[in-house]
This record gives sequence, structure tokens and C-alpha cells, in this order.
Amino acid sequence: MKDLINKLSVGFEITDVVYQRKDITFLTVAKEKVIDLITHLRDYEGFSHFVLLSCVDWIEDNIFQLTYFLNNPEKKHDFAIRTNIDRNNPVMTSAHHLWKQIATYQRELKEMYGIDFPGSPRLNENFILEGWDNIPPMRRDFDTKQYAKDTFFPRERPQTNDPTEYMKSKLYPKE
Amino acid sequence: MSEENNINKFENPYYKKRIVEGPDGEKFEVDPLKDYFCDEHPKVHKPSKIPVIENFLNWARAESLWVLGFGTGCGSIEIPPLMTPRFDAFRFGVQARPTPRQSNVFIISGYLAIKTLKRVIRSYEQMQNPKYVIALGSCTINGGMYFDSYNTINRLDYYIPVDIYIAGCMPRPEALLAGFNKLKELIKEGKAEKANEYAEKFEWYKANQKKIIKDWNMPDYNW
Repeated sequence: MKDLINKLSVGFEITDVVYQRKDITFLTVAKEKVIDLITHLRDYEGFSHFVLLSCVDWIEDNIFQLTYFLNNPEKKHDFAIRTNIDRNNPVMTSAHHLWKQIATYQRELKEMYGIDFPGSPRLNENFILEGWDNIPPMRRDFDTKQYAKDTFFPRERPQTNDPTEYMKSKLYPKE
Repeated sequence: MSEENNINKFENPYYKKRIVEGPDGEKFEVDPLKDYFCDEHPKVHKPSKIPVIENFLNWARAESLWVLGFGTGCGSIEIPPLMTPRFDAFRFGVQARPTPRQSNVFIISGYLAIKTLKRVIRSYEQMQNPKYVIALGSCTINGGMYFDSYNTINRLDYYIPVDIYIAGCMPRPEALLAGFNKLKELIKEGKAEKANEYAEKFEWYKANQKKIIKDWNMPDYNW
């Protein structure tokens, strides 16, 4: 696999390589090169199976990190293509033309993180949340506990005690 | 994102006013919310004034519990074993039915997402009286382990009336059978009258439901 990565790093400007496991390698590339790299891997290197597309919200660095997971069924090897996009203007090139199921992942990311994928089919339809009118719920600046408290009529919970302090006061009240 | 998509996001095109062409070419206007659905609210069914008759009716009601086959959360996995020889809910007169019109017990099995709640309300209102609700698991009582989730409700009794709770996470099928027996006792004593409570406090329930279902694009009462 190292030969392949050396070959790829010339044309696709791979900035970071992490050998996570014997059969998983993480590659970090620029936002513009992702679709080219995935297409190349699919058509010429045998990475024909698309596993998943996920997102991590790094609010401290002001970026969303997208991960495209590809699998080579013959060599039993996984490539995870990582890229960072700006959190204030989250737009990414759509990849639904490569595998059909990417459109569903992109719908989910649009709803949960608010990342826009122009041209992706049925992108603005409701996926899981119906009639959501707040900021996207998987962003880390969304306070889910406060939202649930304000919205869902929480039931009052019984008062809880710290077990050590409580037993001390019960058993040795004078101390 | 285009503006047009945003505006029409919550509207159901089926309920829009439109002009329909009949089979012989005649054109007429259809307003589905007025023409297809009755807008009458649910009514309170008062118990009979003669105690003997009321007791007899309650006994009859208690012996025919037909469960709606609607699994809402992880608790729905506890319902199939009920109909196996090992637990055999059939000996208590409990059986499952596929549609709301044919059944009168609604088991809310576990957590309820808002998307599911919308369907639950619709199914509950389509069920015929006398109807009962069993809330299964701790999620329906106070939210359980999903108490701080953005998409699951905390208390079920704010949205539909609950006759009996079965606590646990998850309750075993034995607990469900005990719940059925308890429900039978309540019905025989004439205490399982929550469908009437729904009719009495209809406005309050609707206000709570509309507070969290923000894309309310269905009739208020679906009869």
C-alpha cells in the first residue's frame, strides 16, 4: 500500500497519512482534490465499495472534517479520505454520481450539520427531523439538553444524594 | 438552498385547495381538509346509569383486548414473544391486529421520536372507542436514557392519555402480561376512562402536540 500512496501523493497532494491499522489508512487531502481522488481510486485501484461518509465538528478549529470511507474487496484494504471544510461556509462538492447511496449520506449531513452539497438529489427534503427550525442538532454549539428542557415538558426527578456524604451523615451524624 | 424549497417545506400538497376534473369532464373545486375529513371533535361517552348494565359492559370490554401492531421503539421487540406458546397472551384474550380501526389497545413500546409521535396521534385518533393506551418502558414515563435528546419526547401523558404504565428498561413479556391483567382489573372497575379524558381536554392535548410537531400538515381530528 505504501507504493500506492507514494504514487497518489504526487498527483493528489496528500498532506497527511495515518497508518491506523494494518488494513486501514487515513489520507488527508485538500477539499478540491477529494472527488478526483475518490474517482481515481474507484476506477483504477479497485476501491469499488463505498462504506460510509461521516462528519466531525471541530468547533475549536472552526472546521468540519468529512471522511469518505472506501474499501478494496480484493486486497481487503480500507482507505479513509479526510478533508476539512470551513465551518462558517460549509459547502462541499457532491459525489452522488459515483455511488447512488452517497446522496442519502449527503441528505443526512445537510440536516444534521447544515453542510450544503449543491446538485445532490432531494437534498432539502426532510430526512429524520420534520419541521426543524433551530440550528442543525449535531453541531456542537447546539445545546441539546437545554432544548429538551424547554420543549418536552420534563418530569421532575427525585433528589439524589452523593452516596459517601449521605452515608456519613446517616451513620456518624456527630462528626 | 433556494427560497422556494424553504417556503413550501412544511406544506403537504395533498391538503391544498385544487380544481379536480370529474370523469365526465366537469370541473369542481376540492378543499381536502373540509371535504374529505370531518372536523367534529371527539365526544365523551358517558357510562350507563344502571350499574348492572355498566358492569356487564365493562366485563365484556375487559375480555376483548385487541392490540394494534405498531412498534414505536426498542420495546416492540418484546411484543412478538407474547404471541408464542411460551408466553401465550392469547389465553388472556389478547391478540394483535394490523390496523387502528380493528384494534382498541395501543402499546407505546419505548421511546417516541417526534416523527413517530405524529403517526401515533393519527393512529390513536383513528381507533374506535373503547380504547386504551399502555405505555411500556421508562422512556414513556420521563424520557428514560433519552431525556436530553433533541428528538424524543419526555412524558407521553402530555400528548395522548395513558391508562397504565409498565416500568422497566426493557420490561420482560411477563411484565407485559401483568400489565394486561392490571388493565383488565381497571376496566372492570370502570377506571380506564382515559379516552373520555382525551375528549374532555382535547384543546389542551392539541396545544401540546402542536407545540412540538412544528410541521402540522394534517387535520386536527382524523375521523
